[in-house]
Amino acid sequence: MSASLEKGINALKQQIDAPIATFFSSCVHCGMCAEACLFYTETGDPKYTPINKVEPLRIIWKQEYTLLGRLGKLFGIGETVTDEMLTEWESLVYDSCTMCGRCSMICPVGNDIAYMVRKTREGMAAAGHAPDGLIGASKRAITIGSPMGVKLPALQAQIGHVEKDTGMKIPVDVEGAEYMCLLSSMEIMNFPEYIGAIAKIFDHAGVSWTISSEAFEATNSGIQIGVSEIAAELIQRVVDAAEKLKVKAVISPECGHAYMAIRWEGPNLIGRPYSFKVFHILEVLDQLREQGRLKTRGMEKARLTYHDPCQIARRGGVLEQPRNLINMIAENFVEMPDAGKMNWCCGAGGGVSTNERADEIRLKVFQRKKDQLDEVHAEGLVSACSNCRIYIEEGLEEYHMDIPVLSLTETLAEHLVDK
Amino acid sequence: MTEVEFLIWVRGPGFQIASVIFVAGLLLRLFEILMMGRKANLAEAKGSEMKSGLRTILSRSLHTSPTRSSAFSQTAGYIFHIGLFVTILLFAPHIMVFHDIFGVKWPSLSTTVIDAVTVVTIITMFAVLAHRLHNPVIRFLSKPHDYLAWFVTILPLITGYLAFHRVGMTAPSLIAIHILSVELLLVVFPFTKLTHAFTLFLSRWYNGAISGYRGVES
Repeated sequence: MSASLEKGINALKQQIDAPIATFFSSCVHCGMCAEACLFYTETGDPKYTPINKVEPLRIIWKQEYTLLGRLGKLFGIGETVTDEMLTEWESLVYDSCTMCGRCSMICPVGNDIAYMVRKTREGMAAAGHAPDGLIGASKRAITIGSPMGVKLPALQAQIGHVEKDTGMKIPVDVEGAEYMCLLSSMEIMNFPEYIGAIAKIFDHAGVSWTISSEAFEATNSGIQIGVSEIAAELIQRVVDAAEKLKVKAVISPECGHAYMAIRWEGPNLIGRPYSFKVFHILEVLDQLREQGRLKTRGMEKARLTYHDPCQIARRGGVLEQPRNLINMIAENFVEMPDAGKMNWCCGAGGGVSTNERADEIRLKVFQRKKDQLDEVHAEGLVSACSNCRIYIEEGLEEYHMDIPVLSLTETLAEHLVDK
Repeated sequence: MTEVEFLIWVRGPGFQIASVIFVAGLLLRLFEILMMGRKANLAEAKGSEMKSGLRTILSRSLHTSPTRSSAFSQTAGYIFHIGLFVTILLFAPHIMVFHDIFGVKWPSLSTTVIDAVTVVTIITMFAVLAHRLHNPVIRFLSKPHDYLAWFVTILPLITGYLAFHRVGMTAPSLIAIHILSVELLLVVFPFTKLTHAFTLFLSRWYNGAISGYRGVES
């Protein structure tokens, strides 16, 4: 056995807990999870059945933690995890799963398959079977501070542009601010309007906020590739900055997995609860709405629909807030079939967009989103994840669809009344 | 060994051995699961784990899926599971066995109803097997133990039906074979996916708890 394979197998062993053991004990191979997965529905290939993607983890569970499996191992019979197997599974675990968790919602015996895939990735990465794109992104996140290689000067330059465009001061490193806002590299480089939008909204509502020059990056390649040490290091940077600036809360930006990382996995990765709260930007905006601190004018006339980013909605619990906010500013809001906690993934989450090898299948399975949009004849798509946004735009272009993709925060900011 | 001696062995020592393997095997499996433990969640909760976990235990028995393939699995699943419950628990001779073991009894259904339910359940289980062999996804996922689980589940239904209608052999032999098939089921049960009958309460609870903690009903 190669050293890397041994590391991978040990990592898989460490991942197994009571939920994993129960899930594998309960699976009856009914195949219903396939129907929940866009990588299966859009390709028809049974290998994309969600539960099949976690076979390496199942084999290790059986071999190490069941009586029959251990007896089998003793006599050299039964299945084993090999390098060849992991090579074959690499594309199943990383390229054709966004950890969207739709399968976890329909499994009749209650298996949380996304939870299982997340853990399988820890073993795959340790065994050296992670995609190059994610390895590169994780290295850049650790050494440069951003998976896309965005450094502080680049952020400062964008802040300069935003300040010039809006005539507003973007607060950086303000100690004692109520909120510390994180950004995704994608927002900094592709959607700097988001920075202007939150500046406008917070100014309008009288909220004190800041960006930290030491930890502005919200994304976390560690949880996508499945290396908890990297994920923890990236979380720790945010925690240190938030504690240094003594903020009351940290705001996760319009990014799905960033919210999963900082809100749900973060305290478990660093091994202690935070001394501050964590909100998704939509949660903060909805709180402001509830408090009557957002005054808007005018309504969008187009048939707008909302794309629920998986990690924010189904895996994050931010479901009503976007609807409350959209209803303030859109009079023809329509819900796509399966909207909300059963929404279909854009196909690009969970590190798929960072993995060039997955480009082809990602665009193929976008057919699912296209069908959803066609059904409601959407004239505009609002979302709250810049990764969803970029790759939905790419998908729409690929499928020759002319539908603008909007940020909810930015759209809301455009409707605020002037002070 | 005469057929009566055979019946006596099957009803006595045979049944005891199978029951011990069944109970000990199940306890072992549950121990294997629970000893793995679960780390405490340090993230601030948005909702209740317990409430959501209990809710999911129920809701996963009720959920519906829009696709045709799943619709078959679900409908057939309901029929043969209910059929198994009815034939095992509501047939008068079975209730007598349970009364002997546990000291409690409950009302039974008429033999005509049990007979009809048995036929429907057997037919449904053959349809389930055909579906497993025919559906590309289920066939792809299926391993030998899936077929073994199917076989040991349908066998007591068939042998029970034959025993009730006295087909082919004398009554003691037919009943002995029926009990033996149940013993095979009991022995195989803890070491196959049949454990889902017990572990699904745990897995559904975990699923609901993980989701409920984040404020989502699953």
